[in-house]
Amino acid sequence: MAPLAPKTGDAVFASIDHVNAELFTLTYGAMVRQLLTDLEEVEEVNKQLDQMYVGYNIGVRLIDEFLAKSNVSRCVDFKETADVIAKVGFKMFLGVTASVTNWDAEGTSFSLVLEDNPLVDFVELPDTFQGLHYCNILSGVIRGALEMVCNVSMKTEVTWVRDMLHGDDAYELRVKLLKQIPEEYPYKDDE
Amino acid sequence: MQFFSGSSVVDVSLSPTAPPGTATGHAGNNANVLYIFNRNGICLLYREWHRLLRTLDASQDQKLMFGLLFSLRSFTAKMDPVSADKGNLGVPLLPGQGCSFYSFRTNTYKLSFMESPSGIKLILITHPKTGDHRESLKHIYNLYVEYVVKNPLYVTGTPIKSELFTTNLDQYVKTLI
Repeated sequence: MAPLAPKTGDAVFASIDHVNAELFTLTYGAMVRQLLTDLEEVEEVNKQLDQMYVGYNIGVRLIDEFLAKSNVSRCVDFKETADVIAKVGFKMFLGVTASVTNWDAEGTSFSLVLEDNPLVDFVELPDTFQGLHYCNILSGVIRGALEMVCNVSMKTEVTWVRDMLHGDDAYELRVKLLKQIPEEYPYKDDE
Repeated sequence: MQFFSGSSVVDVSLSPTAPPGTATGHAGNNANVLYIFNRNGICLLYREWHRLLRTLDASQDQKLMFGLLFSLRSFTAKMDPVSADKGNLGVPLLPGQGCSFYSFRTNTYKLSFMESPSGIKLILITHPKTGDHRESLKHIYNLYVEYVVKNPLYVTGTPIKSELFTTNLDQYVKTLI
């Protein structure tokens, strides 16, 4: 266990420096807009945000900052991981708390529900882009971060169930654990 | 860069404040060597301030250090008299299982160790009379996050070349007791 008690999301959020919320939202919006202009295909943009580049790469770096600032010790099981993501992670980086619901029977998949989402302030999806998952970056970030957690890196699949921009009442992400990879000794025995 | 907090939502953090260190540093560095490894055993940083004896070449030395710590962590967890849940020796260590050692001391040096859940291992070798360095290692980890992880030009998993990081690191290490 870590020598210091893990800080709650609120405490960490209060102790770090903030950026203007509008700046953040508008920057994200400009980035998505640019991606749409460059790639033109809505599916391509969804993929970029989540898998290929943006979200995943942010996730693998974000995990170090999260661990450094929040002092959480290793989570014993997936349920604890889910709680930590929702309470501490989301609070720390976005300032909103998510709630964890809908655990399935084996405990390998859960839903994160966000009541309000700073990424989508001022955003309206036009009809031509109805297939766009605007907040797909969040799925990429969660996936990237969970994969880097040692010793048991978790391969997950993160999909959007409900999206306010498509008319639903909240944002819901479904996180499913595909498999856990235990740590191996990285050097081969060559001597 | 200027940061304003209006209806602030998102965090951007500046340089973390260091835990109090009382050494002035003019008497020379108290730390001898620092290693930073990532989860795959790649040595991201090897920094020495004061090392008299070098027995192996750099890559052998780093492999040895990584291997030693990997085994030592596994060993200390298996020998733990307090925890009930232990695997067999040789089985990779799962999170939540067992304790983790954080330093060992010989008559000539003290080695302090910290591992983050993301696999970043920090090893600090100092003179044997130093106190507990867990706080210092935490601070160095914060520095790493600040100057390396947040640098968009840094490719994760490659050795660190950032001068800003090494300068800040040297400055901080000078203040260690």
